[in-house]
Amino acid sequence: MDSFPIIRVVTKLLIPYILLFAFYVQFHGDFGPGGGFQAGVILAAGLILYGLVFGLPALQQVAPPRVIEQLIALGVVIYAGTGIATMLLGGNFLDYEALKHHVLPGWLPEGQHLGIFLVELGVGITVTSVMTVIFYCFAGRESADGH
Amino acid sequence: MIEHLPVLTIAVPLIAAPLCVFLLNRTLVYLFALAVCWATFGMSILLLDQVLESGPISYELGSWPAPYGIEYVVDYFSAFVMLFVSGIGAVVLTYAPQSLNDEINPSKHYMVYPMYLLCMTGLLGICITGDLFNVFVFLEISSLSSYALISLGRSRRAPLAAFQYLVMGTIGATFLLIGIGLLYQLTGTLNMADMAMQLADDHDSRTTLVAFAFMTVGLSIKMAVFPLHTWLPNAYTFAPSVVTGFIAATATKVSVYAFIRIVFGIFTPQFAFDEHALDTFLVVFSLIGIFVASVAAIYQGNLKRMLAYSSIAQVGYMLLGVSMHNLDGLTGGIVHMFNHAIIKGGLFLVVGCFALRLQSVRLEDLSGAAKTMPLTALAWVLGGLGLIGVPLTAGFISKWLLLTAALENGYYLVAALMLASSLLAVVYVWRVVEILYFSEPSEAAKSAREAPWSMLLPTYALILAILVFGVWTTYSAGLASEAASSLLGGTP
Repeated sequence: MDSFPIIRVVTKLLIPYILLFAFYVQFHGDFGPGGGFQAGVILAAGLILYGLVFGLPALQQVAPPRVIEQLIALGVVIYAGTGIATMLLGGNFLDYEALKHHVLPGWLPEGQHLGIFLVELGVGITVTSVMTVIFYCFAGRESADGH
Repeated sequence: MIEHLPVLTIAVPLIAAPLCVFLLNRTLVYLFALAVCWATFGMSILLLDQVLESGPISYELGSWPAPYGIEYVVDYFSAFVMLFVSGIGAVVLTYAPQSLNDEINPSKHYMVYPMYLLCMTGLLGICITGDLFNVFVFLEISSLSSYALISLGRSRRAPLAAFQYLVMGTIGATFLLIGIGLLYQLTGTLNMADMAMQLADDHDSRTTLVAFAFMTVGLSIKMAVFPLHTWLPNAYTFAPSVVTGFIAATATKVSVYAFIRIVFGIFTPQFAFDEHALDTFLVVFSLIGIFVASVAAIYQGNLKRMLAYSSIAQVGYMLLGVSMHNLDGLTGGIVHMFNHAIIKGGLFLVVGCFALRLQSVRLEDLSGAAKTMPLTALAWVLGGLGLIGVPLTAGFISKWLLLTAALENGYYLVAALMLASSLLAVVYVWRVVEILYFSEPSEAAKSAREAPWSMLLPTYALILAILVFGVWTTYSAGLASEAASSLLGGTP
């Protein structure tokens, strides 16, 4: 790709906006169209674009396979953990009403809002990582488990 | 916490699976997964206990009332199936470490346990959920994790077998989803009980029939009913022994469970059997399946593949029971899910012991192995008797019930064919017994040692269960009959 300066420059210009848009879709998903799955795919698309243009090693420096693998698991832990937390707080599994609190009312999300925020965060993390790992598996022999 | 038991049975293995990835030590991961499996088994026992005491339990996820939210329903049938799925899961995982060490590259172990837990989560979820779309989601969770587990097999053909299963399984799941979509469009609900009520006065529409057809064919693929069974022999043969043991004992049974739920819980037997003659098709395909698969089993040179074909035949018996749609028949079908789970689970664990010590499960390498591995060989004999359906084994109970039901319905030909098919089972089981006990020992068999206790004990736990449940049927046939009578909507 060294001989294609236009692609390199345009990519460098685009990636911040792709990442920003992913975060917008993720965190504005509570109020508009969007959510964890879509945001995860967009974020991963940014990473994959970087990998396509600057090479797999460069991408794996940004997102090491070992870390990405654990992030897959982390997302699920956040999701299911939210469910467990609501149970510990006295509600049913994933009953977000149990997440009501009185810290900085109006500033910090609470109740249903907080619940869906956490769950979508988990979804976003897992989807980003899974998409990236799929790219790693196709792109090189250096697969997710380091062989 | 006791009121959260239904969801904990699913949530605990679900959250334990990703946690396994963070535990870097291989022994630690195993012990953690083992503890979770046994805890899940314990929770299933408690659930069954609650159901027996106070009737079906309903749990609303996120406190959204049914039919709008997802509802978990535990009744006799689901508690019964969850009990043996989680029980087999716990026993097989107890058996696992040495066999996995031998068959799977150690660097992949930390992935095996999460997949195993996810597979169990999916299977249990299919049983517990009262929401039709949720059934599909859990079916996908269990299927995807089982594809991954199968592809870990030692042979280079394992990934190909997993891929074949993936293609067929995805078609099956898609068909199921199409059916669910049509029903949702028709009724506007996904809750199974609610859907059944809405459908009760809309049985004539073509949409219902198409949905029914899609779901039947989709689940038939997952159940490995005769002409749609082609994915099964390769998948079971090339998967690691532990994985085969778990999946063969549970996965097809849970698909049968989903099928029974859909036919009896949503569409009603009148619609399926009286108006649309599903029973005729089921009887014909089950019987052809039983004979074709049993004959195929006789000619296999690989022990695992032989048992895989036998599994296809056994699914035929379960569906025969379903197609009788009388109390005895349905009881026989349901109890055969349980009996076959312990029989086939036990036999595949025996095969795993042979695989560990002889490094092969081809019949010629097994010859004479009874001299060096007497306990393992004895376990095969006992499990084989169960598979044939000899009195005093669990297999007899289910075949007896099926036979009674067939005679009750006046299906004399079916009854005769069922008896004849048992003789085929005698042939393939005896063929292995003869090779084990009466042939000259092969090179591998001469130098083999008895399988380690850590594997023999779980194997014998299942093998002895076959004998125990052959004489003591309170918790197998008794529960199955409760489940069947509640499915048929009457009191026994």
